[in-house]
Amino acid sequence: MKVSAYCTASQAPSLTRPAWTRHLPARTHLFSSRPNPQPDDMFRNTYDSDNTVFSPQGRLHQVEYALEAVKQGSAAVGLRSKTHAILLALKRSTGELASYQQKMYRIDDHVGIAIAGLTSDARVLSNFMRQQAMSSRMIFNRPIPVNRLVSSIADKAQVNTQEYGRRPYGVGFLVIGGDKTGPHLYEFSPSGNSYEYYAMSIGARSQSAKTYLEKHYESFVDCNLEDLIRHGLHALRETLQQDKELTINNTSIGIVGPAGDHEKNVPPEGPFRILEGEDIDVYLKGMVPKEGEGAAPATAATEAPAGQAQQPPPAAGDEDVQMAD
Amino acid sequence: MDHFPTNWGRPRNDAYDAYNTYPLHQRPNHHTDVFSDGVQRTQQPIVTGTSVLAIKFKDGIMMAADTLASYGSLARFKSIQRLQAVGNSTVLGVSGDMSDFQYLQTLLDELIIEEFAAADKHELGPAEIHEYLARVMYARRSKMNPLWNAILVGGHKDGKSFLAFVDLLGTTYSASTLATGYGAYIALPLLRKAVEGRENTLTEEEARKILTDCMRVLFYRDARSLNKFQLATVTEAGVSISDTLTLETSWGFAEGIRGYGAQTQ
Repeated sequence: MKVSAYCTASQAPSLTRPAWTRHLPARTHLFSSRPNPQPDDMFRNTYDSDNTVFSPQGRLHQVEYALEAVKQGSAAVGLRSKTHAILLALKRSTGELASYQQKMYRIDDHVGIAIAGLTSDARVLSNFMRQQAMSSRMIFNRPIPVNRLVSSIADKAQVNTQEYGRRPYGVGFLVIGGDKTGPHLYEFSPSGNSYEYYAMSIGARSQSAKTYLEKHYESFVDCNLEDLIRHGLHALRETLQQDKELTINNTSIGIVGPAGDHEKNVPPEGPFRILEGEDIDVYLKGMVPKEGEGAAPATAATEAPAGQAQQPPPAAGDEDVQMAD
Repeated sequence: MDHFPTNWGRPRNDAYDAYNTYPLHQRPNHHTDVFSDGVQRTQQPIVTGTSVLAIKFKDGIMMAADTLASYGSLARFKSIQRLQAVGNSTVLGVSGDMSDFQYLQTLLDELIIEEFAAADKHELGPAEIHEYLARVMYARRSKMNPLWNAILVGGHKDGKSFLAFVDLLGTTYSASTLATGYGAYIALPLLRKAVEGRENTLTEEEARKILTDCMRVLFYRDARSLNKFQLATVTEAGVSISDTLTLETSWGFAEGIRGYGAQTQ
């Protein structure tokens, strides 16, 4: 190796520090006066203030923080059968006096979304999706293929992970839609990824719902609408805090597909519709009470440390729901 | 009244020297006329194709157009294909300006490539292609710069036949028999009589005969037509465009008519 001709081993160029920085104090960030943070520093590291810069581990920290913003939002669950795709979401309110924050939006007759994260970012993206959908109807007289709609916002989100001076969107979507290739469920995330799923959950404590979905997803394909909604509610219930339960006020159900047994006035093509309030009472009553209901929770919830990329599955008893008064 | 004869017959410019302040020989002449570098629009078609005919039959649709591209009344190009497959289930028949047709071909080629590249099992069918063309035609007429064509869009997809018209104004309509240009006057009544009410029973062979007969009538009557033509068929199997066919004609009736054939007196 030519380098060794004029370098001793100890002087060999290192991957992390170019040779020309050797006159600088040890472990000082090049473009900052602040000393390099210690492990217990509140700053994650020195590569997190600009989303276009890779960390030495090959990660984009701003993008990962955006994914954290999605986890701050209340949970949404999506699942799909041969005939239907549905969304279920938990609405939050800031207090007794406040209304519940809307979690689902209609994009077009055949597409709807559930959001988790920054609502204002979601409004920007859903507005864009609506424009895309209308433009497809205008130019081709065709409902936009759902995968193309999701790809179009994923492309927008990707730009924000690469261009200087921008920030990623702080919101994730579950998108359901029906087109010529059947019912679909997609997840969109601020990293610019979009994947199709049989079942998926996003938002706070969504790992618990995911665990439920992973256990049951193989039976979803042949479910009728009522069974599919029951599975969805069971999954959503897993994300609840200890003393909370699903009510007609805090739950939204979004459906694409033919009308179910409890639905009235749904056009035959089965457009996207959102069920809220009294309309979902029948579905909530159809839920199977959780096992061990009424038993005292074994342990208190142990929240995952903030900033950890993946939430661990919660301890048993953490997600207990009080179905009785 | 402009008293200077040199201005007569030229475009007016009321803003300039309205009161004839300058004597004729001193009038500054350095201004350029407001129209001299104006945008040029299509005023008329140049190289044109004549009628296109199309009908529905029980398995799909069939379309016919001759292979002539005229330069005014001159039969300039005698083997120009005016039937164009777009994707796997659509065919266009284009009359009017042939250069505008070529422009539309490039637009549609781009569109089809984009659709193919998506590779997601969605395809543009005849209804989508027709809507797109109508948008393009209407957008261009709204810019006062129309694409000077009348187009028939036919196709067969998912068990359904589609047949519709769009022209340089963006006007659209749909029927089981359609014709553009001279054919709308001469062939359309014949097509309606032969096809309407029988769309679901006509065989491909019968459809071919109906269109061939109408092309023959048009060749006799339309002075911008040719006895060479092509037939396009779209069925569940896809699009097929025939080789050039030749019409059988007989001119015996013209023997004694002055104005036909060689003159003997």
